[in-house]
Amino acid sequence: MSHPMPLFGSFSLLLALVLCIYTLLSGALSLWAIAHGRVLAIAPERLRETSRRAGLASFIAVSCAAFALIWAAFTNDFSVDYILHHTSRALPWYYKFSALWSGQEGSLLLWAWLLAGYGFVLRLRHKTDITLTAYASTILSAIQIFFVLLVVFVAPPFALVPGGVAPADGFGLNPLLQYAEMVIHPPLLYLGYVGFSIPFAFALGALMMRYPGEKWIQITRRWTMVTWLFLTCGIILGMHWAYAVLGWGGYWGWDPVENASLMPWLTGTAFLHSVMMQEKRGMMKGWNVWLIFVTFMLTILGTLLTRSGLVSSVHAFAQSSIGDWFVGFLVLTLAVCLFTFLYQRDHLRAENHLESLVSRESSFLFNNLVLLAACFTVLWGTLFPVLSEFVQGSKVTMGAPFYNRVTVPIGLFLIFLTGVGPLLAWRSTSLRAIRRNFILPCSVILVTAIALMLCGVRPWRDDDATSGIYALVCFALSAGVITAIIAEFLRGARVVSTQTGKNLVASTLLLTRRNTRRYGGYLIHFGIVVMFIGLAGSAFNQSKEAEMSFGDSMQLNGYNVVCQSYSQDSNANYDSEFALLDVFHNGKKITRLAPERRVYFANTDHAQPSTIVAIHSTLASDLYVVFEGTNPANDKPIIKVFINPLVNWIWGGIVIVIFGTLVALVPPLKTATRRVEVPSPLTAVPLTPDAALGGFARSTVPIAPEGPHV
Amino acid sequence: MYKRSLQLVLILVVAFTMLGAGAPSTRFDHLGHKLMCTCGCSEILLECNHVGCPNSTGEIADLHTQMDAGVSDAGIFKFFAAKYGPTVLASPVRGGFDNAAWIVPFAVFILGILGIVLLLRLWQRRDARLAAALPSAPPTPDADALRDRIRNETKYGE
Repeated sequence: MSHPMPLFGSFSLLLALVLCIYTLLSGALSLWAIAHGRVLAIAPERLRETSRRAGLASFIAVSCAAFALIWAAFTNDFSVDYILHHTSRALPWYYKFSALWSGQEGSLLLWAWLLAGYGFVLRLRHKTDITLTAYASTILSAIQIFFVLLVVFVAPPFALVPGGVAPADGFGLNPLLQYAEMVIHPPLLYLGYVGFSIPFAFALGALMMRYPGEKWIQITRRWTMVTWLFLTCGIILGMHWAYAVLGWGGYWGWDPVENASLMPWLTGTAFLHSVMMQEKRGMMKGWNVWLIFVTFMLTILGTLLTRSGLVSSVHAFAQSSIGDWFVGFLVLTLAVCLFTFLYQRDHLRAENHLESLVSRESSFLFNNLVLLAACFTVLWGTLFPVLSEFVQGSKVTMGAPFYNRVTVPIGLFLIFLTGVGPLLAWRSTSLRAIRRNFILPCSVILVTAIALMLCGVRPWRDDDATSGIYALVCFALSAGVITAIIAEFLRGARVVSTQTGKNLVASTLLLTRRNTRRYGGYLIHFGIVVMFIGLAGSAFNQSKEAEMSFGDSMQLNGYNVVCQSYSQDSNANYDSEFALLDVFHNGKKITRLAPERRVYFANTDHAQPSTIVAIHSTLASDLYVVFEGTNPANDKPIIKVFINPLVNWIWGGIVIVIFGTLVALVPPLKTATRRVEVPSPLTAVPLTPDAALGGFARSTVPIAPEGPHV
Repeated sequence: MYKRSLQLVLILVVAFTMLGAGAPSTRFDHLGHKLMCTCGCSEILLECNHVGCPNSTGEIADLHTQMDAGVSDAGIFKFFAAKYGPTVLASPVRGGFDNAAWIVPFAVFILGILGIVLLLRLWQRRDARLAAALPSAPPTPDADALRDRIRNETKYGE
């Protein structure tokens, strides 16, 4: 046996395929038999259990395949074509590990592995609801079959090099991927993409079995939030990688692949908000089901865009026939969702309707509209070049100017709703309550706008005023939203403080622990607003480029950058050249930066050099320095300096978002209860839906703080 | 007093907005950020950081030439689209079908808002009809207070 590990990997994948097929067939048969009361040769419950166990085993089989590929990378097994093209002997071990997702075959294997992993956890936790989990497991196995089929027949990661004779060394990893964050950015992004399969499977399963009540939402809430968090972190890490490696001074280029990650994030965010209406008021059932269907389909669409060559992208894999498989899967998924929805639509009838335009429900509805409008805009912008080619015969570019002009107003409306929504009551809000809750945030908005103008932020005087005006509005709105959030915390904390005698900080902590979901949500909103402030800072970016020899200096926005020297270095993996620059601010030396440019000579497949940007970060701005190369005419290094205001707020915002999500995931503290005897006048009231609440009148009620709601 | 304060705030806003000026960005910057580098890097023309880029240097020279000749923004875009192809424009600005790129997202957004308002009206009318058909309970202050308290104390995870 000349190639044992590739053979082991291939066999594991085949085994995984067989197990997934068994999970699907036995799961479907057992569920059908249980639902229709049919008798089978084996008890349907036992068959369902074998299906679950086969699903669990499929994870072990795919893990073996992933292990085989990683092993091949670590042992420099260049007889495997994938390893030959994505690693080399000089590649550090951690980048050899990341080779697993640096090419098409490996990334599909990663997808199948993560999907099997999610399925493993789901099937282990089947006792939460055995029947619903069985439906979800069966649906998940169908998705697993698709991805395992791809890695077995269409893009096999264990294909051997022609002739089976291993070359002495591999072609190496794409230099742009040789960066620490690239070791974690793709897996996080994939965890986000793949994770949406779970709420999708639960939603479809609940619809298929006509699941009574809204418990499926509670079961999937944590899955959805964790997935959403993974996707958020994946997107932000991608932004940070682009910022630190690509060297163009920005972090988001509206590339189709970036857009593909943003779209499911937007619909997933809409779903997380919208399900609250279903939980509390029994509304929007059909809408929610479609939101999660669409989110799942967008993850597949994103993969299709990346791999089919449908749209041109700097991230895209080479055009291949694999796109057809994704189109087929997407169409099949849509057909199944549509059929199930139409067949079971009477099960999704709403129990309540919206009663007032000024209510928490309507704010969720508008929030959903804004998020979906943003998603549509991104999708429209991504696919418009294809449409334009079809209609006009020529492609067009949909670059940053388009997205900035169209999505920024939508984003501002979203910030506005982030502030307004939590201040409105369920069902309807009185004018008095609106006045009471909104006066402070509105005043802060006005004061912030005036203060910024006083400080010299007057963008309408610029030639291109639009982005500056948007930024000003964003800052002012953000200040208002942050005020509203702080006011909500304080209002609740004061009530707790009055009841318990604790100080305000302890009361805030207790308040948050009592309703982690609500106050975790506020923290997430706070983080998002902080990120928006950081994004708005880009309206005031400045840059300057110059050739700099020893002793030359460059001034920009109060910084003085002086070139001390430039040098070259070499190691087994790459050659590098870098400049040593002293940075002065107001005449005082604050730091020394060493922007670098590398050329990975082991890499013959991807010959482009790579930039390592030097950044001096403060809360106010980043001094971002790029070594662009040397002028071939005079050998002088070319240095480009950017001042990027408020970029750190973006990274700070994501930390708050992560913290808020973790808080929201923690189960709330159960409040102590005592029996309260209330003389009930309701006995005289005829039973109406509201009066039915009177049932609580002589029951045990929690000693919760007076709600800070309106 | 409240009215006076509001008037004062408005006067201050107007006064300060008319004072001073921010740093004006140049027309070159403005136009250079609406064009793409055609070397395949998919970057905005003035953000292409490839030393010795075969395309951006020529494009920047063309931009300077056109500006020096006093050509309007639209004329410059037309020139670039003709010379380098329509993909050199960072956004669709040629008119005709290109306008659809700008109009459709806003149209969808506005239709969505209208849809929500219409849906709300529909539901309100239906609920009003249903409410009229049901016998209503005479509300008492005590019952309302108790109901509010129960709602407060039993609300979950808002």
